[in-house]
Amino acid sequence: MRPVWKENPSPGYQAIKAVVLGGFALAIVIPILVVISTSLASDEDIIDAGGYVLWPSHPTFKAYQTLFSGGLMGRAILVSVFVTLVGTAIALAVTIALAYATSRPVLFGRPVLLMVLFTLLFAPGIIPMFLVVKQLGLLDSLWSLILPGALGAFNFVVLRTFFMNVPGELLESARIDGASDFTILRRIIMPLSKAVIAVVGLFYAVGFWNAFFNALLYLNDTSKWPVQVILRTYVLQGKSLSADQLGVHPPPQPQSLQMAVVVVALVPIAMVYPFLQRHFTKGVITGAVKG
Amino acid sequence: MLKANSEKRQARNGLPLKAKWRRDWQMVLLMIPGVVFLLVFFYLPVLGNVVAFQDFQPFLGIMHSEWNGLQNFVNLYANPDFWDALRNTLVLAGVQLLLFFPVPIGLALIVDSLVSNRFRRWFQTIAYLPHFLSWVLVVTLFQQSLGGAGFVNNLLRQAGLDPIPFMTNPDTFPLLVVAQLIWKDAGWAMIIFLAALTTVDVSLYEAAAADGAGRWRRLWHITLPSLRTVIVLLLILRIGDILSVGFEQFILQRDSVGSGAAEVLDTFTYYAGVVGGDWSSGAAAGLAKGVVGALLLWGANSLAHRLGEPGIFQKRGAS
Repeated sequence: MRPVWKENPSPGYQAIKAVVLGGFALAIVIPILVVISTSLASDEDIIDAGGYVLWPSHPTFKAYQTLFSGGLMGRAILVSVFVTLVGTAIALAVTIALAYATSRPVLFGRPVLLMVLFTLLFAPGIIPMFLVVKQLGLLDSLWSLILPGALGAFNFVVLRTFFMNVPGELLESARIDGASDFTILRRIIMPLSKAVIAVVGLFYAVGFWNAFFNALLYLNDTSKWPVQVILRTYVLQGKSLSADQLGVHPPPQPQSLQMAVVVVALVPIAMVYPFLQRHFTKGVITGAVKG
Repeated sequence: MLKANSEKRQARNGLPLKAKWRRDWQMVLLMIPGVVFLLVFFYLPVLGNVVAFQDFQPFLGIMHSEWNGLQNFVNLYANPDFWDALRNTLVLAGVQLLLFFPVPIGLALIVDSLVSNRFRRWFQTIAYLPHFLSWVLVVTLFQQSLGGAGFVNNLLRQAGLDPIPFMTNPDTFPLLVVAQLIWKDAGWAMIIFLAALTTVDVSLYEAAAADGAGRWRRLWHITLPSLRTVIVLLLILRIGDILSVGFEQFILQRDSVGSGAAEVLDTFTYYAGVVGGDWSSGAAAGLAKGVVGALLLWGANSLAHRLGEPGIFQKRGAS
């Protein structure tokens, strides 16, 4: 709806706006579209188009069949799924517990809160981090991808801000009825904050799925590589996954196979994105900004 | 309301420790996993920075390596690679601040001025998406689009033109990096400005328009001043983080443009320490970066207080 005081749009301004926003949107959509199309293209399509396909005229899932017929990529997907699911579960449990316990004026609440907020100010550095992970014997273990990411200060602040806004009278009355703090967290706080918890969980999940550098730093064993490292090694650096690693001879045009790897890294994000997009603008971000 | 709260807090704090423990022990139990995490994966590594003052040998460990005072920092000072990394970091940070920072503000102003809600939602859906893609994916998409064998250069070749080395030219690398940053995060960064724009009092616009202020005067005298707090807040965060110009982005592209252009403080730490085995130099560079970053953040925050802005860390607690 146009406010009464606003001028009618001049065609010039309208055109500039359309070009800027449309151009920005196209620059995002086209590369993604080309990658998806090429992953679905047949060998002839790719040769005809000279490398990239805007629209596959003979769509085929051959590249995906090759990719999923075992070997390195299948394992990488399992690794990434494991790290994402277990990591998100642990991170959520740790963050919810800590955010709730520091959202009320309780014993040790203040110093513990300051302990968390200090992490926003200073980063410990790559080398000491590596030495600690090594000292704990976590090198070449998938736990090295999970445990160091188990508490994100931003997610903590979002949850704590939300928990603080739960009226104290509600908790007080539950306590009078004999509920313990555990019960209150489980039966009152968590049901009230389902949407926020879901969004924070998705933030964690996206983070675990996308993590690349931790794997590069802590894992030497190629059989434990997650999808992002495969993507880098195979597509970005152009090293070939040898035929026996892929399990099937002969591989299709590597171009479509490479693009299929890109799509595999992309799909889980694309799947959770609509949910994320619906919820994060409402409340979560604005809550964090105000808090 | 406020007074009642503080009275309640006083009453609670007035209890003897034992009574507080009896009341709060479950809350304290809930803190334990998080506190253990912080101790092991944050405060222990923070202490581990002492290797910056040692001649650290992995087989001897922290306890038995020899202390060598500030020798590692003296070595860094004499190391031209370190200065290259520092220079690249500052140049890239400057270019990012100059070219990236205004983009989300501009986008938000345009989106906010859109009358059609459908077009607006449609644009937001597309613009937020890249924020959730990993850097590996973003760099891969750029390589497939702009790389030597990417589809833009394919089109150029088909049109009989010379391909352009977008991805491998060290001279234009800062621009490439900013382009990637804008592609990935400008849309997402827009959210905060959009949220701030919805809080502007519409009657101000109305009054200004009645007084004959055109769209540019309204933008300058009403819209931008009401974004001031948010802009200052984000500038502070950016300045505190200025030495972290985007680690994964550089590690991924260091091979293709060379270390001369893509070596930043973080990659220097990684290659000198973890890859090169010179743990102490790496740790010294990392520690120097961390300390300078914290000082910058603190300095920018105090400056904001002095200018009468709330900043991020308030004087009296953060709650």
